[in-house]
Amino acid sequence: MIDAIFFYSFALMTLAGAVLTITRRSAVHSAIWLIVSLLGVAGLYLLMHAEFLFATQIVLYIGGIMVLFLFVIMLVNLDEAAKESQFNKQWPLALACAVAVGAEILFILAKGSKAFPLPAPAANLDTVGNTEAIAISLFSDYLLPFEVASILLLVAIVGSVVMAKKRI
Amino acid sequence: MQIGTGHYLVLSTALLLIGTLGVLTRRNIVIILMSIELILNAVNLNLIAFSRHYGHVTGQIFAIFVITAAVAEAAVGLGILIALFRNKGTVLADEIDLLKW
Repeated sequence: MIDAIFFYSFALMTLAGAVLTITRRSAVHSAIWLIVSLLGVAGLYLLMHAEFLFATQIVLYIGGIMVLFLFVIMLVNLDEAAKESQFNKQWPLALACAVAVGAEILFILAKGSKAFPLPAPAANLDTVGNTEAIAISLFSDYLLPFEVASILLLVAIVGSVVMAKKRI
Repeated sequence: MQIGTGHYLVLSTALLLIGTLGVLTRRNIVIILMSIELILNAVNLNLIAFSRHYGHVTGQIFAIFVITAAVAEAAVGLGILIALFRNKGTVLADEIDLLKW
């Protein structure tokens, strides 16, 4: 029961934040609502006993990416853009496409449980803590992808420095 | 009432669709990038819901890699946005039409 209350409140926070993110006129307001939405997702991670991802979501997304977004919003002059119309001309078509895809996915979710039966939920086998389990898996089974991810971050650093240079 | 994996899948579907709608309809590139973050969060929610369902930590590892890709994408995307604003003086996606004829 307490699980359901937390799930629905975090879900409401996530979805309301997301809707307000894509409908606000001012980019700063959008960024603030995106933070609310990301906090809701972080709460859902905690509800699913993914404590390490919860901390990562708060530190990286809300602390890192959103500060980057707000920094760029302050750097780039968005006042003229805020005066113009915020949605492009194809929005009815885009809405129709999104509704069609949503209907398709929900149909599969509703009907597909017989065609693609999931095994029963596993019992919580966390004998070690969540962070410890992630660390063991990340540094043994997924060591090579972990190193490749560091190269990806290096490329991103070099790319953003080059892009933000004075003359390009 | 029991909250199962299905609840999380429906929620992540809704989040994915809101993000897609933002990417397709907004004109401001900053908000298009924010909508991409929403889509990536929907993916992460899905991965962790299945990680919980199977009682296996692999889904969470993949969520970490998705977050890494999101960080790289945001950094490069915002760098491109700054370069674009310096050269064209606009942040509206449909006014950047150099390759259109």
